[in-house]
Amino acid sequence: MNSQWEAVIGLEIHTQLSTKSKIFSGAATAYGAEPNTQACAVDLGLPGVLPVLNRDAVRKAVTFGLAIDAEIAPHSVFARKNYFYPDLPKGYQISQFELPIVGNGHLDIDVDGETKRIGITRAHLEEDAGKSLHEDFHGLTGIDLNRAGTPLLEIVSEPDMRSAKEAVAYMRKLHELVRYLEICDGNMQEGSFRCDANVSVRPKGQKEFGTRAEIKNINSFKFVEKAINHEIERQIDVIESGNKVVQETRLYDANKDETRSMRSKEEANDYRYFPDPDLLPVLIEESLKNEIRATLPELPDAKKQRFIDQYHLDNESATTLTSSRELADFYETVVKASGGEAKLASNWLTGDVLGALNKAGLEIGACPVSAERLAGLIKRIADNTISGKTAKQVFDKLWNGSDSADEIIEKEGLVQITDTGAIEAIVDKVIAANPVPVEQYRTGKDKALMALVGQIMKETQGKANPGEVNKMLIAKLKN
Amino acid sequence: MHKKTLGELAAGLRSKEFSSVELTQHFLDRIKQHQDLNAFITVSADSALQQAQAACQLLAAGNAGPLAGIPIAQKDIFCTLGTKTSCGSKMLDNFIAPYDATVVEHFNRAGAVMLGKLNMDEFAMGSSNENSFYGPVRNPWATDCVPGGSSGGSAAAVAARLAPAVTGTDTGGSIRQPAALCGVTGLKPTYGRVSRYGMIAYASSLDQGGPMARSAADAALLLQTMAGFDPKDSTSVDQAVPDYSAGLNDSLQGLKIGLPKQFFSTELDSQMAATIQAAIAEYQKLGAEVKEVDMPNLNLAIPAYYVIASAECSSNLSRYDGVRFGYRCQNPEDLTDLYTRSRGEAFGAEVKRRILMGTYALSAGYYDAYYLKAQQVRRLISEDFKRALSEVDVLMGPVTPSTAFKIGEKTSDPIQMYLEDIYTIAINLAGLPAMSIPAGFIDGKPVGLHVIGNYFSEAKLLNVGHRYQQVTDWHLQIPKGFE
Repeated sequence: MNSQWEAVIGLEIHTQLSTKSKIFSGAATAYGAEPNTQACAVDLGLPGVLPVLNRDAVRKAVTFGLAIDAEIAPHSVFARKNYFYPDLPKGYQISQFELPIVGNGHLDIDVDGETKRIGITRAHLEEDAGKSLHEDFHGLTGIDLNRAGTPLLEIVSEPDMRSAKEAVAYMRKLHELVRYLEICDGNMQEGSFRCDANVSVRPKGQKEFGTRAEIKNINSFKFVEKAINHEIERQIDVIESGNKVVQETRLYDANKDETRSMRSKEEANDYRYFPDPDLLPVLIEESLKNEIRATLPELPDAKKQRFIDQYHLDNESATTLTSSRELADFYETVVKASGGEAKLASNWLTGDVLGALNKAGLEIGACPVSAERLAGLIKRIADNTISGKTAKQVFDKLWNGSDSADEIIEKEGLVQITDTGAIEAIVDKVIAANPVPVEQYRTGKDKALMALVGQIMKETQGKANPGEVNKMLIAKLKN
Repeated sequence: MHKKTLGELAAGLRSKEFSSVELTQHFLDRIKQHQDLNAFITVSADSALQQAQAACQLLAAGNAGPLAGIPIAQKDIFCTLGTKTSCGSKMLDNFIAPYDATVVEHFNRAGAVMLGKLNMDEFAMGSSNENSFYGPVRNPWATDCVPGGSSGGSAAAVAARLAPAVTGTDTGGSIRQPAALCGVTGLKPTYGRVSRYGMIAYASSLDQGGPMARSAADAALLLQTMAGFDPKDSTSVDQAVPDYSAGLNDSLQGLKIGLPKQFFSTELDSQMAATIQAAIAEYQKLGAEVKEVDMPNLNLAIPAYYVIASAECSSNLSRYDGVRFGYRCQNPEDLTDLYTRSRGEAFGAEVKRRILMGTYALSAGYYDAYYLKAQQVRRLISEDFKRALSEVDVLMGPVTPSTAFKIGEKTSDPIQMYLEDIYTIAINLAGLPAMSIPAGFIDGKPVGLHVIGNYFSEAKLLNVGHRYQQVTDWHLQIPKGFE
């Protein structure tokens, strides 16, 4: 970005709450069913039907509010947002307007080693619309109302972000949080976590905000970053070429990597919000808040700090290990089962295990090596039964088979040679057979030592302890 | 058979004086004979006779309830599984609901027989039944006059003895005003007493279903079946339903009747005033005490109502868009054309007028001045009632400014038509129960007495109505040609 400009970014994130049934009807919310098989009379907006609020959606919204240290409205109200669209069956969306259930919270993000607090203005409950399907209908449009009435929590941030990078960090942090809280499955491909971005630019140092554009429906972290960066550049170009940014809604086209105008402020709907007379105000009593607070899981930031304190991990490892509740739980199981090998467990998990999972495209929940089996391996590294190098071999076998680490070590004869006499004989043999590197080392070329160690490890088939070998070799060469 | 009370019909079915099938056929015949009244939109003869057969078995089994085998009819605003539910509109002329309204379910469970669906003003908007896609209903007492509305078909059917008892709905007076104009007993219950599920919405915060019958005693039996908490309606109230027939004969000695000063202003027609005063004198004879009460905000009810009801209806009627059900215009050019022509061609003038008013009232920049202000007025009116009903047991007054007017007389002047509901609308804004009972005639046309009670005091209202009906015979009069 041109350094004399500053971007101002706020995000509206729609999280689909993982309730079993819809927010105002008993129809199922499961993804991927045949069109219109999960839409009951209420979802279809038939004459005479009435909405009944799903209490679980309320609990999940309150859970979120408590997790971001927000105000939970003791009295919040559902309102109708009126507009015509074929996939909006009632001609209005039931949402919240003046009195949302969650107000005024915050989330801390880490960007380039700095912690920054992002304000959350509000979070409100609403129902999702259906889908218009334009393919396969020979020029006509099909309507699938399976998604109509799915509960959403729309989380609106303050315009506190100053770069696409910060926006992505905020979005990731929120994504991590809602999955921690188990209120949203976070599946972005299925649209469970969607983002609209409000972007404006202003000359650095200026207090007033510039005119903003809203970019709709950006459904991956990568696209959010690209769409925002693109929009910032576009607005700077507009201003620098002497024009004005217009307030409008823009759509990000991932294929072309550009945003284009959907509608301007003048074309915007007047939604004619008013309180929905079919629904009573939502009353949240202190007792419900306390009950939900008592069931809150340890939150990511607290968990990370605990990992640093309790397991003496560095910030980066702790961040990685607490990036999801499943991974953190896995780590702690490994530590416990390995008898407290916190450092080794962290190294293995953030290194080999996550590497292998990434390569295989798997989540930690589907890891072929259970926490207990991984702990079995770590125990053998810790007690010097096998070397770190051998351990990698064992891990491959753990990944591809069902034997325990001990069974693999036994079957493959991988136990580390701890008999110093046997190692000494091999060391002597290698010194005698390699006069050139021996001489080089003695004349000050330390690197020559590596060649000798390599030879010895080869002779022992990797079963010697490399530390022991090193020590012994140096002692002998100095004589 | 058509002159018997519900109690007498139930006894007749049990003593096998007549069967439910015979009784049903008798009313079906009467409906056919008097089809010029246009009280019904749909007569469901086949399913009615099937229900009657089933009721015969239920009765033979011996544990049937008081409505088993008794024919009733539903206002065409209540969704009925498999039978057309039009709401009086071209928009829903082809609509067959895939479910029963909760009220309909209750009647089915009680073994009642549904004769058909009753005519009404389109989407319950109107005070004369002239706004029906199916044409106006005629008042049995004077067939060139309106029966009132919006439950005009309901009131006419009961008055003409085409059904022993029926349902209605009341958003601003739609049960009480036609009950008054047709000389029948109609009760609008407390908001939340009767489920609105499956009752097509006009103005959700005001709509309430209720019974229309020939007497308070019959209305009590009907309400017993209709009332109750419904988990499918968030605005229905989870409160036990009392036995509405148990206290019908309670003494009215010491009953405190409040007469709102504003109901008896000089604008009230003198004959109407005299008729109402005579009815009140009858109550004094029964031991009641009368006292004037002041309700200063009553005159704000009509403007507040037309803002709130129109606002809600503009949103409630958005679902009629030609996309999923109901009327769709021929060969739409595009989406906007589909919306505008489907709605433009299928909604009547009054419905369009209220949608436009409501859309305007909710628009950005006008919301505070109209909708919010109207809600404030609504609270003031509720407080007026609260204050008055802390001093007295019931309030009484006229239901309508005049008796039934001629068909076509007020259609060109919507304001005149809106003033028809001047005495009834405030009660809906406050959510209170109120009843109209026959209290005399002016020039051969019925007059209704308005009885208004506190929240959930339906049993008291029915008691007050019943005691009056034991000493008067206005409710027993039958219009000429319908004996």
